[in-house]
Amino acid sequence: MKAKPYWLKIKRFIIQSCTILSLFFSSQICFAAGEKITFPKLDWSFSGITGTFDRASQQRGLQVYKEVCAGCHGMRLLAYRNLKAIGYNDDEIKAFASENSVNTLNDDGEVVEREARPSDKFVSPYPNEQAARVANGGAYPPDLSLIIKARSDGANYLHALLTGYVDAPDEQKIPDGMYYNKYYPGKLIGMPQPLYEDGVEYADGTKATPDQMAKDVTAFLAWAAEPEMEDRKRLGISVILFLLVLTILSYFTMKQIWAPIKNR
Amino acid sequence: MSKAKFKNPVVKWIDHRLPIFSFMDHELNHYPTPKNLNYFWNFGSLAGIALVTMIITGIVLSMNYTAHVDYAFDSVERIMRDVNHGWLIRYIHMNGASFFFIVVYIHIFRGLYYGSYKAPRELLWILGVLILLLMMATAFMGYVLPWGQMSFWGATVITNLFSAIPLVGESIVTWLWGGFSVDNSTLNRFFSLHFVLPFVIVGVVILHLVALHRFGSNNPIGIDVKGTQDTLPFNPYYTIKDLFGLGVFLTIFAAAVFFFPNFMGHPDNYIEANPMVTPAHIVPEWYFLPFYAILRAIPDKLGGVLFMFGSIAVLFVIPWLDRSSVRSSQFRPIFKIFFWILLADCVLLGYLGAMPAEGIYVILSRIATAYYFFHFLILFPLLPYIEKTKPLPISISEPVLSGSSPASAFAFREKK
Repeated sequence: MKAKPYWLKIKRFIIQSCTILSLFFSSQICFAAGEKITFPKLDWSFSGITGTFDRASQQRGLQVYKEVCAGCHGMRLLAYRNLKAIGYNDDEIKAFASENSVNTLNDDGEVVEREARPSDKFVSPYPNEQAARVANGGAYPPDLSLIIKARSDGANYLHALLTGYVDAPDEQKIPDGMYYNKYYPGKLIGMPQPLYEDGVEYADGTKATPDQMAKDVTAFLAWAAEPEMEDRKRLGISVILFLLVLTILSYFTMKQIWAPIKNR
Repeated sequence: MSKAKFKNPVVKWIDHRLPIFSFMDHELNHYPTPKNLNYFWNFGSLAGIALVTMIITGIVLSMNYTAHVDYAFDSVERIMRDVNHGWLIRYIHMNGASFFFIVVYIHIFRGLYYGSYKAPRELLWILGVLILLLMMATAFMGYVLPWGQMSFWGATVITNLFSAIPLVGESIVTWLWGGFSVDNSTLNRFFSLHFVLPFVIVGVVILHLVALHRFGSNNPIGIDVKGTQDTLPFNPYYTIKDLFGLGVFLTIFAAAVFFFPNFMGHPDNYIEANPMVTPAHIVPEWYFLPFYAILRAIPDKLGGVLFMFGSIAVLFVIPWLDRSSVRSSQFRPIFKIFFWILLADCVLLGYLGAMPAEGIYVILSRIATAYYFFHFLILFPLLPYIEKTKPLPISISEPVLSGSSPASAFAFREKK
């Protein structure tokens, strides 16, 4: 009797593993599908296993953050020095940081203000959550450092939210200090529409449509949430190539070692 | 001990006084292993490697982590942003937990399918269930450490389960928390226990291996090894097979770590813990979902807790619940069908655990929970009275050498 060809066994093994994995992943997908609001899926430069950030878009995004968002939203996990990763040089970063001031102690032990340095974290607009709530009618503008990772399908969600301000249907009552946004869970949001046509003037001449600004600030915030992403994907490709070679070599070594047993 | 000959004089000198080399030679080199093991036998060594990976990355993470409610979240983000390759270490640890559970669940279902829990391997199985229990405790406490929203609320929900215990429940919860809510003292003790429990797991794993090596591995046809013709030395046959399996495992694992590191996590855990804001849905990590579904299927709080712990407790007594003397499902046609139903039932429970506890999901959870206990408590003891098992082969060598299915090998022998 002839032994079953080995590739058949491998095939069976792959089919079995795929079945188990797909059972597992389908349960995950179902559980993400619980949300009722669906938002447009955009083609981001940073999605996919080889995706990278678009530097020009990120820099425009920083401008949008600085001129529009930073009035209410902090980025406390980011340091000014981190901006080097999106293409700014030391002098630009120094100048950018120095527009803000931080508290420090002088030699006499008194609290004084000094200009922020590149090593400082982004200065938040409010000293604490309570102050932020009072200034915003009770709503707390969340810190944006991790916002893309802290929301399901974060990039698409944020872009949709920023462009989701539409006229409310007649039956919808809008309480004071609330705004209608078709993509926000519950549709009523405490944040007024932040992006208007030509809300910022881009240095590179790009037309500042709300859609463009939303895309740019999302690209910037996606980087802020995952500053390691480009390194991670690049390293991942090398690691996987190495592992594939190792696995293939060990497969043929295994075949050779087992050959006398299988063919006996 | 074996009569291993070592050429190196230093090795010889040491081995004469401390036979550690003879021991390794005996247990890792010559260790006789059934020759017909399939790829499902790779998952034991993979689980061991996953455990070591978790311990190494965990120790490195602990060097940079601060167990304090005011600093824990930021210290994890510092690891992600400022520690050299900190993101890699953390993503390996975070995804490693999920992959550890994937590997261990496959390992457990392998044992169920091939009857690996049956005499004389009952203690081997029990030690394995104990490892699972310790893993669950460790994983639960580890998930609290980043101090995100799910960390905090998961810890609150799960520790509150103990309040269902009559009379002393509330006191036990206060004692677990070290205060009157999940707070800094809770985080501190969870960090301490999360650090120490993996080493307890290592201890139980060693016992698991001692018990394994007493009678050797079970095998796909589930009959005892009759002699040396049925076995191969572990090295090189299974070292190379385990290496190949490890290569496949690491490739899939690396794909998750490098390309989808947050796929199995929950976005809410990137929001710092806030006792004043409850997330819309509090969902445990995926590997707890089947147990979470059982918990919520029972309308009574204490009942839910008892059934949840019961679903693990029942695993301890499986060796005595299954009355059949035939180990492998290959020769148990009815048992085999029910095995796949059980697997589907557990996947269904996992799905239901992620769904809100309302409407159809509650009804399905109850049916699935009922089936889970029916399978072990009623089907296992009664099936042997109904089921007609297929004839067992004479030995492992026959079907392996002929390469045909074990049953036909047996028929072939009989015809001769």
